[in-house]
Amino acid sequence: MQLNSLNPGESAVIDSIEADQALYQRLNALGFRPGKYLQVIRQAAFNGPLHVRIGSTDVIIRTHDARAIHLRPSPQHPESPIV
Amino acid sequence: MKRVALLGMPNTGKSTLFNRLSGASARVGNWPGITVDLMSAKILLGGHIAELVDLPGLYDLHGFSDDEHVVRHFLSHHKVDLAMIILNGAQIDRQLSLALQIRSLGLPAILLLNMEDEAKRAGITIDTQAMGRQLNMPVLAISAKYGSGCQQALQLAAKTIAEHPSPSQPQLIASKLEADNQIEQEMHQIVESTVQMPLQLNDATTDRIDRVLLHPWLGLPLFFASIFLLFQFIFTIGAPLQEGMAWFFDTLRSAILEPVLASLPAWLNGLLLDGLYTGFSTVAAFVPIIVLFFLVMSMVEDSGYLSRAAFLMDTIMAKMGLDGRGFVMVLMGFGCNVPALMGTRVMRSRPMRLLTMLVIPLSLCSARLQVFLFMIAILFAPSQAALVMFSLYMVSFGTIFLTAILFKGKFKSHEPFVLELPPYRFPTPRQIWLRGWQEVKHFLQRATKFIVIGVVMVWLLTHLPMDAVPASPETWAGSIGRFFAPVLDPIGIDTQLAIALIFGFVAKEIVVGSLAVIYGLQGDALTQQIAMHIDWVQGMSFMLFTLIYTPCLSTIATLKSEGKSAGFMWLSLIWSLGLAWVISFIFYQTARALGY
Repeated sequence: MQLNSLNPGESAVIDSIEADQALYQRLNALGFRPGKYLQVIRQAAFNGPLHVRIGSTDVIIRTHDARAIHLRPSPQHPESPIV
Repeated sequence: MKRVALLGMPNTGKSTLFNRLSGASARVGNWPGITVDLMSAKILLGGHIAELVDLPGLYDLHGFSDDEHVVRHFLSHHKVDLAMIILNGAQIDRQLSLALQIRSLGLPAILLLNMEDEAKRAGITIDTQAMGRQLNMPVLAISAKYGSGCQQALQLAAKTIAEHPSPSQPQLIASKLEADNQIEQEMHQIVESTVQMPLQLNDATTDRIDRVLLHPWLGLPLFFASIFLLFQFIFTIGAPLQEGMAWFFDTLRSAILEPVLASLPAWLNGLLLDGLYTGFSTVAAFVPIIVLFFLVMSMVEDSGYLSRAAFLMDTIMAKMGLDGRGFVMVLMGFGCNVPALMGTRVMRSRPMRLLTMLVIPLSLCSARLQVFLFMIAILFAPSQAALVMFSLYMVSFGTIFLTAILFKGKFKSHEPFVLELPPYRFPTPRQIWLRGWQEVKHFLQRATKFIVIGVVMVWLLTHLPMDAVPASPETWAGSIGRFFAPVLDPIGIDTQLAIALIFGFVAKEIVVGSLAVIYGLQGDALTQQIAMHIDWVQGMSFMLFTLIYTPCLSTIATLKSEGKSAGFMWLSLIWSLGLAWVISFIFYQTARALGY
């Protein structure tokens, strides 16, 4: 389960980040770390970038880059449809 | 002189703080080996003059973005007496890593937590004393926007420099930058013990605005409408201002300069008035539009809407190797290329910025529009005029797409598209005004010499040798036109039109005027002469060439100063000249082959 397959409104917890160094550092600096809770707020038209909220930060990320973020279901939100 | 480096993550109000501390005294410094403009200012620090340098925003000292390279390069090549770190108090839980990274370099530093108001609104409390003790560096809460705490920050900076009198050693920093460090854990521990944060931060107002502006269907139409309105605003206000400037310069010329200089020999008189003076007034004509553009742009940028534009337009622009912010600048180019090129500074990836700068000169700006309206009125029936105009706009879009697609491999951006979406903020009028003023100063500093030299050269070409009638085929310009006849004949451009193209190199605004000089006629006589002299196929070929080749000297000067590379300027010049010729050639030969 990667971030690019999460639908708007859904949330999950970061399991791992598998990215090259440039993307990894950028994600890290923006607060993407294993164990952190995130939520997809919306997606731009025509399969555009995702608008993700993580902690106190709102981030836009291309679906291609979102593939680097591996997720697991969020424990606080067991009703979320991801497994 | 002591040097203070201002460091912080993007969107923390770093530039706002810089503007507040420096007032209007900031200027663009020249730092060897650095390809972005760094603003610096002289400020009074503890009774001494110190230099404050605004370094680009960075997420991570070890990051790979162009800006992060610039900061590393700066710190490993220049002595710094104090690092002034500014972080967003509302995002301290992740931003603190930057302060720890800078501290590990051994730089004397102070930490300023900005947007106290925003952090307070979000329910965050920070124990600055305790944080300062743990970080072993002074910590102060400030508001860069409203100025609270800024004076204390300066006092604190002076005190810290006095306690650490020796500046940084660039070589040492360079070697430290290479070693990685264990910052994560310490950051977590400090945040845990000094910051209290509600579990989920929610800026309700930003969420509500986003729900409308980023709406799946409404988002794009709203974006187009708002950009259109902004440009409409710029040109509605800008046009009369530009006319006012033109009137002022004309009046100054006819009322004062012409009578005063009348006693000079004709050639000197012409050189001074038509060469130098025209050059200066060409530069000055751009001032109102640049001020207005940056007044509006800084509002859009500081408000946080520009990042939203990137979100909305990304899918389409990504195919061209550009991003949504580039789209706003290309659109602006349809008004005027110069501020659009300067505006690309918001794009932090250099390859993507250069690609955007390469396509902007191909957008049909309002100066070219004047030439086309003049030519179309002469050569086409009113019923065809709209179609011709429309087709020129389509060619303009087409060349932009073509150029972007062809060059996106060469200017490949390696930066991941992961951007922060800041909350909506209202910039203060002071912030907006300072920005507009700085941009104009920057343009005048960089462009004046270049443009004046260009104008004088064109004047010489079209007036020498001295016994030739100005702008006639006997001048040097005419000789150049004849020299290039083997290239220009196949696209239907004769010597007269070639001279007009040489004038057009300075500015498209003077092409129509130059035709009057070239043919020695004015008003109806001129239009009749042109209508007799060239047919519509030649006229269209001339317009296509005018559309695509170099827009004007000011654009070239801006390409050079913003791109920080003469090679890039030549690439843009040669590419647009070549493309102009190929497209005119295809059009002209096809039309002739079809029997027109």
